[in-house]
Amino acid sequence: MRLVLKRQDDLLKKVEEISGENVFACYQCGKCSAGCPMSTEMDLLPNQVIRLLQLGANEQLLDCRTIWLCASCFTCTARCPKGVSLTRLMEGVRLVLLRTTKEDQVSPKEMEKEFLPQVALISALRKFTT
Amino acid sequence: MRIGVFICHCGKNIAGVVDVKELVERASKLKDVVYATDYVYLCSEPGQKEIQEKIEELELTHVVIAACSPKMHATTFARAVKGVGLNPYLLEIANIREHCSWVHHDKPEIATEKAFRLIKAAVAKVRLAEPLEPIKVPLTRKVLVIGGGIAGIRTALDIANGGFEVYLVERTPSLGGHMAQLSETFPTLDCSACILTPLMVEAAHHKNIHVITYAEVKNIKGIIGNFKVTIEKKPRYVIPEKCTGCGDCMDVCPVIVPNEFDQGLGARKAIYVPFPQAVPLVYTLDLENCLNTQKLVVCEQCYKACGPRAINYLMEPQEIEIEVGAVVIATGFDLLPIENLKEYGGGKYPDVVTGLEFERLLSASGPTGGVVRRPSDGKIPKRVVFIQCAGSRDPEHGCPYCSKICCMYTAKQALLYKHVVPDGEAYVFFIDVRAAGKRYEEFVQRVMGEERIVYLRGKVSKVFQREDKLVVWGADTISGMAVEIEADMVVLAPAVVPSKGTADLAKLLKVSVDEFGFLSEVHPKLRPVESVSPGVYLAGAAQAPKDISETAAQASAAASKVLSLLSQKEATLEPIVAHVDKELCIGCGLCWKACPFKAITMVREEKREGKKRRRYAKVEEAVCQGCGVCMAICEKKAINVAGFTYDQLSAQVKALLEDE
Ligand SMILES: Cc1cc2nc3c(=O)[nH]c(=O)nc-3n(C[C@H](O)[C@H](O)[C@H](O)COP(=O)(O)OP(=O)(O)OC[C@H]3O[C@@H](n4cnc5c(N)ncnc54)[C@H](O)[C@@H]3O)c2cc1C
Ligand code: SF4
Ligand code: SF4
Repeated sequence: MRLVLKRQDDLLKKVEEISGENVFACYQCGKCSAGCPMSTEMDLLPNQVIRLLQLGANEQLLDCRTIWLCASCFTCTARCPKGVSLTRLMEGVRLVLLRTTKEDQVSPKEMEKEFLPQVALISALRKFTT
Repeated sequence: MRIGVFICHCGKNIAGVVDVKELVERASKLKDVVYATDYVYLCSEPGQKEIQEKIEELELTHVVIAACSPKMHATTFARAVKGVGLNPYLLEIANIREHCSWVHHDKPEIATEKAFRLIKAAVAKVRLAEPLEPIKVPLTRKVLVIGGGIAGIRTALDIANGGFEVYLVERTPSLGGHMAQLSETFPTLDCSACILTPLMVEAAHHKNIHVITYAEVKNIKGIIGNFKVTIEKKPRYVIPEKCTGCGDCMDVCPVIVPNEFDQGLGARKAIYVPFPQAVPLVYTLDLENCLNTQKLVVCEQCYKACGPRAINYLMEPQEIEIEVGAVVIATGFDLLPIENLKEYGGGKYPDVVTGLEFERLLSASGPTGGVVRRPSDGKIPKRVVFIQCAGSRDPEHGCPYCSKICCMYTAKQALLYKHVVPDGEAYVFFIDVRAAGKRYEEFVQRVMGEERIVYLRGKVSKVFQREDKLVVWGADTISGMAVEIEADMVVLAPAVVPSKGTADLAKLLKVSVDEFGFLSEVHPKLRPVESVSPGVYLAGAAQAPKDISETAAQASAAASKVLSLLSQKEATLEPIVAHVDKELCIGCGLCWKACPFKAITMVREEKREGKKRRRYAKVEEAVCQGCGVCMAICEKKAINVAGFTYDQLSAQVKALLEDE
């Protein structure tokens, strides 16, 4: 399918407002994805999340699992050469979805099965509507 | 005769493949060789010292250096041997790097054998060498600069400020070149005209500069130090001395045609100045579009309107003859015609424009007064797609090279567009963003980050019309998605190509061009602003695509080369010229016919008692380029190029072929 590009920046603006980040500061080097500990599990690479925001490809973005798999570990933020906090942007996208759909995207049951490091547990708490 | 052979390792470049020790051993056994040695870097200071010491210590009379190409270091080594009093023409260089170790790196034995043969041949040749002295000729201390863009203007000013007279010849009615057409310039966003026009005015008023516009170089004869140049001034049909630039003529002229300066996006009259700040501010009547022909005057509006009576419908082309000692070519560039880019709708859709057209739309003094309006219907475009590398880095369009300026000017144009159309959307298709200049990368990052221009990585495949929109089909290889953009306007960054007429001019000046038609320098690093033709220098985009900073730097470099030539007492020429043996010459005139430089005349001997006056060939040393065509054609071996005589070349070839 051809993605039709035109300004569709409602989502972008909301995410930037929540996160306080400039999506266009990212020059798509991919360093975030290169270091992300969860990237092998993700359907979109972390840098692609930003890319879809830049392109206004909202449907594809909101469909992805990556934002829910993000452990909020801040590795990407620590390493980004442009000082973009992808962690904050991920959070921004999640919040928009949680607020608009009011639906949980992760199931606590699934989480119980595995041992999760603390940071992931805490970040997981922020992935629920309530 | 005492010959010394010096063999260079060039670090591992030579010694990593060729067995230099074996070469030393075998070379030392060659006839008349009294000394052979190897050294890690002969071109280094200790390397050169080593050569000099051995020449003095062993009283060497001839030297062979086996090293890299003589193109690289012939002058270095010539200077070294001359330093200890050896005539540099008694030095021969065997190229065992480019010709041996580099090309045969996978076959070391063969490389070594070939290196030895080349050394042997050089020894055979140098044994027959004669000392030669450079030829001195008087020097005309004036300079011709061809092309009145920023390159030509900068060069002319630098030379003129050095105290020498300059003729600055420009083909169009005004100085300025492409820079005059630009809106603002990256990366500083200076207004282009504000930096350029003061220089144009300075050149025009400089006491040492003769600005000759609307003119072209028709012929050039002669050599370094003494060129005879014929310049043809096209008829302006306006007498420059009388024209005050008031424009009364233009107001009354009934003919309206597209203005070339505005890339055809604006209009001008048949009598015009290309732009308000033109230098000289003299009107030009374009007879092709004027209602009058040269023979028939049907409209006299401008003639009647002109107060100082500056208009003359019968003006003829005028030829000017000048003499100069050096020439600088600064003829600039053109853009690849976008008709060549069919898939982008170039030439088919009026709203697919070139970067240069977009500059005019952005320019405050442009046809739209700086409001960006699309050509088809004058609407302000709300969605603009920029396509970089349109034809560049594209062997299939004949331009495999990078045009170097377009990444930067596209970023600039996207930014300026957003400034004049704040609610507009701009998209840039790129395959790499090349911003390697001082503050260039920062500029591009600012355009992406602060101006929020969407950069899409991929070449556009197709542009087509859908109602009043242009649909652009491309891909974003970063996200892996094919994309479609319904644009109001498409701006192409076409490949930069040499300006029209460069090939003819190069031929006239015996300057070589590269495979794309850009003028060639002698060596990109060692002699970057000199052409292969002595006394002819290069400046600006005529040599390769360049932005303004780089052009200005190169222009000043060319000027400094000219200044160092002109501060010599005389011009020095290589003594590699043909000599005639009067006893052997039978006066057949074959060489006279063959010489491509017309350096040979046939003369008669002085009258001698009881003998017939014989005819023989005579070489004008200052004109001879030492090409050797005469030598090849002479059946009597009567004409020989010094340093490359028939005997020397035969000995060299024989030595190459015979086994030990
Ligand atoms: C769209 C666009 C935007 C640009 N923006 C920028 C920018 O923002 N910043 C920047 O640094 N650079 C920019 N550039 C690059 C800049 O235009 C060039 O670096 C500069 O013009 C090169 O100067 P030049 O004198 O070598 O050539 P030119 O400007 O091409 O001048 C050559 C001159 O020689 C004349 N001429 C040609 N042949 C003959 C002949 N046979 N006899 C006599 N005269 C002749 C021509 O008429 C012309 O006046 C831009 C280029 C383009 C295309
Ligand atoms: S590391 Fe930073 S600049 Fe690089 S792709 Fe990720 S977010 Fe963008
Ligand atoms: S400067 Fe940029 S746009 Fe122009 S040819 Fe080079 S890479 Fe392509």
